[in-house]
Amino acid sequence: MCLAIPGRIRSIETKYNGLVRMAKVSFGGITKEASLEMLPDADVDDYVLVHVGVAISKVNEEEAQKTFKYLEEIGELGELEDVDEYLPKSE
Amino acid sequence: MKYMSEYRDPELAKKYLEEIKNTVSRPWSIMEVCGGQTHSLVKNGIIDMLPDKVTMIHGPGCPVCVTPLNLIDKAVFLALEKNVILCSFGDMLRVPGSQKSLLEAKAEGADVRVLYSPLEAVKIAQDNPDKEVVFFAVGFETTAPANALSVVHAHRSGVKNYAILASHVLVPPAIKAVIDDEESKIDGFLAAGHVCTIMGNTEYHPISATYKVPIVVTGFEPLDVLQGILMVIRQLEQSKSEVENQYARIVREEGNPEAQKVINEVFEIRNQMWRGIGEIPDSGYAVRKKYEAYDATKKYEVNIEEAPENPKCISGQIMKGIKKPFECSQFGKTCKPTNPLGAPMVSSEGACAAYYHFSGMVEA
Repeated sequence: MCLAIPGRIRSIETKYNGLVRMAKVSFGGITKEASLEMLPDADVDDYVLVHVGVAISKVNEEEAQKTFKYLEEIGELGELEDVDEYLPKSE
Repeated sequence: MKYMSEYRDPELAKKYLEEIKNTVSRPWSIMEVCGGQTHSLVKNGIIDMLPDKVTMIHGPGCPVCVTPLNLIDKAVFLALEKNVILCSFGDMLRVPGSQKSLLEAKAEGADVRVLYSPLEAVKIAQDNPDKEVVFFAVGFETTAPANALSVVHAHRSGVKNYAILASHVLVPPAIKAVIDDEESKIDGFLAAGHVCTIMGNTEYHPISATYKVPIVVTGFEPLDVLQGILMVIRQLEQSKSEVENQYARIVREEGNPEAQKVINEVFEIRNQMWRGIGEIPDSGYAVRKKYEAYDATKKYEVNIEEAPENPKCISGQIMKGIKKPFECSQFGKTCKPTNPLGAPMVSSEGACAAYYHFSGMVEA
């Protein structure tokens, strides 16, 4: 619920007349959109921690890769998959 | 059960464990507030490696687990209402309401969707102008900025068919409530790293000073949790009660001011009902009057009577650290992840589910 996944900012676009900065962030092989409104100084190629579609903190590259690897190992990256048709799996 | 070799740095993990063993001179009880830390402790077998004198108590650190039953009933009601698309994080779907869960409502034909982010819900509202979209906005301070931002986005873009059913819970008042409960005996706390990423550490200094408890802001990976435990024990052994930051690589003392700004823009502090615990003063967020058009509780007339909790579920005692999951007579028998009596068995971050899956006490 409070998981934050580190990823790399690939590109940034502004919306709502420049009010909102949205980034394409890559997590391993998956790219998702994340809002940069909490990190006004985040830029392309920065690594950020993303929680439910919002980047909440910058993180250095080494730390990002270690954390991502750990989350991958323990199988905690499910939320990056397309969850539109997701249903909790029964045992 | 994990083995030491599987850790990010097994040598360092061993060193921390060794240091914990060498430092502890008497029994201590430490509460980890964050469900992610509970998950890490149990899944990685840390619990079994700690010396007997160190007891980890699993706090109320799972927003899904403490979301009031009545609110789940309201979400189910809205989902079954004509024209409402009810969106939620995945964890909420299987939480049993008094009659049914959101998943059961979906099976009955309600349009219930699991989203990765509340910002996606605003887009769904834009794409479905003839429908009403409600996002079930649960979470700690970590998730509040994203939920608030969805309201700001909807407001900015003139989306009127969007609202949130908000049920946020705040960590510092919960820590105070746990300490104030005479039955719970906690010597020190691991505070939740990602909550503090947003809010910073300043709220914890008065708690630490007033109640004379060490509070260590801690990450969620095994090494983080081990280091956090060691830092708490060192303080306890030296009779100190300070706020320390184990997660300094992410958490700044002042937190993230931009995130706090958007929280304060949309929300104001209110008393909040915690499932299994009761009402805790100033421990939740209400949508401000300025944005009441986006507040599902104001937008829709939903009056559902408070339903009684399942009397056999002792989730309140578990979340306050008074009892362990396996001390519950229903644990693993009538209460399993496939048939949860209470929320801590539903969410993967709930203490009961974590024990059920990983502790080896019950065949999962």
